[in-house]
Amino acid sequence: MNNIFRNIRNILVCASILFWAAVPLSAEDAASSSGNAVPEDEGIDVKGVIFGHIGDSYEWHLTDIGDKSIAIPLPMIVHSSNTGWHCFMSSRLEAGAEYKGFRIASEGKNEGKVVETGADGQEIRPFDISITKNVLALMINSLITVILILCCSRWYRRHDALKEAPTGIAAVLEPVISMINNDVIKSSIGPGYERYSSYLLTVFFFILVNNLMGIIPFFPGGANVTGNIAVTLALAVGTFLLTNLTTNRHYWKDIFCPDVPLWLKPILVLIEVFGVFTKPFALMIRLFANIMAGHSLILCIVTVIFITAKLGAAIGGSMTVVSVLFGLFMDCLELLVAFIQAYVFTMLSAVFIGLAHERPAKQAE
Amino acid sequence: MSLLLPDSGLLFWMTLIFLIVFFILAKFGFPVVTRMVDKRKEYIDNSLRLAREADEKMSRLAEEQARIMTQAREEQNRILKEAAQARDNMIRKAQEQAQDEAQKILDEAKVKIEAEKQSALMEIRSQVALLSVKVAEKVIRQDLSSDKAQMDLVYKLLDELTAPGTKDKTS
Repeated sequence: MNNIFRNIRNILVCASILFWAAVPLSAEDAASSSGNAVPEDEGIDVKGVIFGHIGDSYEWHLTDIGDKSIAIPLPMIVHSSNTGWHCFMSSRLEAGAEYKGFRIASEGKNEGKVVETGADGQEIRPFDISITKNVLALMINSLITVILILCCSRWYRRHDALKEAPTGIAAVLEPVISMINNDVIKSSIGPGYERYSSYLLTVFFFILVNNLMGIIPFFPGGANVTGNIAVTLALAVGTFLLTNLTTNRHYWKDIFCPDVPLWLKPILVLIEVFGVFTKPFALMIRLFANIMAGHSLILCIVTVIFITAKLGAAIGGSMTVVSVLFGLFMDCLELLVAFIQAYVFTMLSAVFIGLAHERPAKQAE
Repeated sequence: MSLLLPDSGLLFWMTLIFLIVFFILAKFGFPVVTRMVDKRKEYIDNSLRLAREADEKMSRLAEEQARIMTQAREEQNRILKEAAQARDNMIRKAQEQAQDEAQKILDEAKVKIEAEKQSALMEIRSQVALLSVKVAEKVIRQDLSSDKAQMDLVYKLLDELTAPGTKDKTS
């Protein structure tokens, strides 16, 4: 009983810290977005602001002061089929400049990406593994995740958990790890869950930290990492591989030779094979859409301030109050969504893995 | 739309970073924590079971104790009752004995007194006879000058003699 109370208290402490961290967010959002709005007297480019935020970029844009854009330049690593490997800072390509034949396309299907001009004057997209904003954010967030979990595990290495209660970071993370491990992984997969618990816990904390860091509007947070389809694709592929490579023959038999009348078999096989791919696809789209929509919605609410500012003091002022309140609400909601989406991704992955292992237990009975 | 097309560079980095994070955490992170938490859970379960067993043992001991206590109390009552009975018996017996003894002593004393009385009477009788003889001697030897004085003496002697004589005859 005491333990449960302790767990609840720890969770509440975390939640309240996160909640109060969220309070200044809308104000900061407003501050950072105001930089974009000030130079454009004729109107704010809402679409540009939102897509500029939720998309990727070669530099980490912080804010604008007057006409000057303040951004962290990031290293670009490109491989051209003509000239080989190149590595330079993104500040070289600022404002449409060209460097070593590379430039950032301003329009067309490669808009916003680095391109080079081929021999026949065509735009060629080089092999591009630049450290973009999302990659840097991914590195920072992964580092935070690794440090958090290793600090937690270090406590268990250094202390005897049978003699003393965990303190510090271990006390915060232990209930979360136990909850995911026991309530989600163990109950979804059943016996033999230990093989998968490390992967699923990694996925959970990876998504959770990336989601939470995405809500913080300034460096080193604010990048739309888990709202990027490449990131969710990699996570979904991980679950897909783990599910299909570690399953048993009953799972494959169920897909390619289900126990149904013969005339139904081709249809069912088609559906089952399709289902194998739709499950991770749904995982990918769900996480991507949720986080991207959350980021877009908060940005929309914040840009309302700058759209209505031109309509006069009364409307602008009242709409500012409304959108700050809405922004506050959305930020709190996003905190919840950050946890829920990490939880749902982990839970569904565990359920898919569990489904692929279900049959032998039933036959054993 | 570019949003829905995964960027190959980001995909490459994401795969790399995620694999590194996964291998670090799977090797040094989560197994340590989950193993320790499981171990502690087992330990707590074990401790709870032991505590419950000890509790049961304690309650059994308490019952035993209460049983022994009541038994001892009964024993005490019984012993006390017996002691009281024994005491009463002893007192009664002693009283009876004392009464018997006293009776015996009284009887002996009566017998003795009777014997004493008899011997005293016998002695008195012999003394009286002796005295009578002496009185008679004196009377005979005396000068019986006057009738009156003679008569007074005779009456006096007779009075003296008859009083114990009648008494003697009646007893």
